[in-house]
Amino acid sequence: MLEVQGLECRRGDRRLFSDLSFALDGGTLLHVRGRNGTGKTTLLRSLCGLFTPESGDIRWRGESIRALGDDYRRELLYFGHLNGIKGELTGIENLSIAATLDGDRISEDAIWEALAQIGLRGFEDLPTRMLSQGQKKRVALARLVLSGARLWVLDEPFTALDVDAVALLQRLIAEHVERGGLAVLTTHQEVPLTSGQVERLDLGA
Amino acid sequence: MFRVFWTVLKRDLTLAMRRRTDVLTTLFFFVIVVSLFPLGVGTERKVLATLGPGVVWVAALLASMLALERLFAADYEDGTLEQMLLTAQPLSLLVLAKVAAHWLLTGLPLVLIAPLVGMQYHLSDAAIGVMMLSLLLGTPVLSLIGAIGAALTLGLRGGGILLSLLILPLYIPILVYGSGAVQVSDIAIADTQPYVALLGAFLMVAAIFAPVASSAALRISLE
Repeated sequence: MLEVQGLECRRGDRRLFSDLSFALDGGTLLHVRGRNGTGKTTLLRSLCGLFTPESGDIRWRGESIRALGDDYRRELLYFGHLNGIKGELTGIENLSIAATLDGDRISEDAIWEALAQIGLRGFEDLPTRMLSQGQKKRVALARLVLSGARLWVLDEPFTALDVDAVALLQRLIAEHVERGGLAVLTTHQEVPLTSGQVERLDLGA
Repeated sequence: MFRVFWTVLKRDLTLAMRRRTDVLTTLFFFVIVVSLFPLGVGTERKVLATLGPGVVWVAALLASMLALERLFAADYEDGTLEQMLLTAQPLSLLVLAKVAAHWLLTGLPLVLIAPLVGMQYHLSDAAIGVMMLSLLLGTPVLSLIGAIGAALTLGLRGGGILLSLLILPLYIPILVYGSGAVQVSDIAIADTQPYVALLGAFLMVAAIFAPVASSAALRISLE
C-alpha cells in the first residue's frame, strides 16, 4: 500500500540516506530506528509530503503521493515534534477544528468521549496552555482516537508521556494496526502488537 | 468548502479575542503615526489638507506591515500550520480564510477610525468618505499581498526587516491610487471613479492570485 523506492534525502550538503526502499501493506507497523541525526524525522516528513526528497518515489496505493495530493492527505495522520494545538483554545475547540479541517464530521459528544478516553476528563474546557506538557500531548493524541486515517506517521510520540499514557498509546497503535491500518513511527520504545507485523528499518547503520 | 473557510475564520477571530493586545497595537500604531504629523508640521490648514491623504495611507501601509509578521508565525511555532498543510483541504482556501480574519482584525479597524484621524487634517466630508472607501478597497489588498511575503519569510531570522523590503515596494500602486483618490476628491472637475475602479480591480486580482502564491510559499517555507 505504501511503497518507497530509491529514496534519497539531503539536508543542505549532507546526504542523510540514499537508495532507501521498502513496501508496507495494511496491518503493518514500521519502526524506524537510528541514532540522532540519521534522518528519521526527515524520512517521516518526506512520507507526509512535507519534505521534498532529492530523488526517489513514494507511492500510496500505486500512485505517487505528489499526484494524489489531497486524496493522500485525507488518509494520513501526522504527529510531529510540535503538538499542533493552540494554547488559547480548549481541548474541545482544538479537536473540533482539527476534525473539520480533516473533513470528518464528528459530533461534540464524540470529542468529549475521546478526551475522557485519553485521560483528560475534567480538563476539556480549559485553554490548553494551562495544561502540563504531557497533558498537551494527550490532547494532540486524542486525534488518534477520532481520526479515520489509514496511515499514521508518528514522530517520537512517547516523549513526555507518563507510564499510563504510554500504555494507552501502545494500545491505540496496536488496535489501529489490528484494524488493517499502517503506522510508521520513530521511538526508542517497543510497541507490542497482538496481531499484524512489525517491520524494522535502521537508518545510518 | 464554506464550512472549512468559516471554521478557520472563526478560529483566528477567537484566538485574537483571547489575546487582544496584538489587535490593539496595530490600531494604536496607526492612530499615533497619523497624529504625529500635525504636531510636527504645524497647524497650517492648507498644508495639512495636502498632506492628509498621503500620511493616512502611508500609516495604513506601515500598520498593516507591522501586523503581517504574526499572520503565520504563531501557527508556525506551535505546529498547527504544519497540520493545516496536511489536511485534505485546498491550502489556498485556508490561507484566504486566515487573510480574511487578519483583515477584519487589522484592516477594518483602520477604515472605521479613518474619519476621526482625518479630522486632524481638515479634510472635507466628501474627502473623508472617499478615504474610507479607498481604505476599504485597498487594505484587503495590502493583507493579501502581504500574506505572500509573510509566507516567504516564515521562520527566517530577521524576517521582519526582510518582509518590509520585500513587500513595501509592492504596496506602491495601492498607495498611489489610494491617496490619489482622496486628493482628487477635492477637485471639482476631477472624478474619483477611475481610482476606485482600479483599487477594486487590484482587490479582485489579489484575491485570486495571492492565496495561491502564499500557499506555494508556505509549502517551501515549511520544508
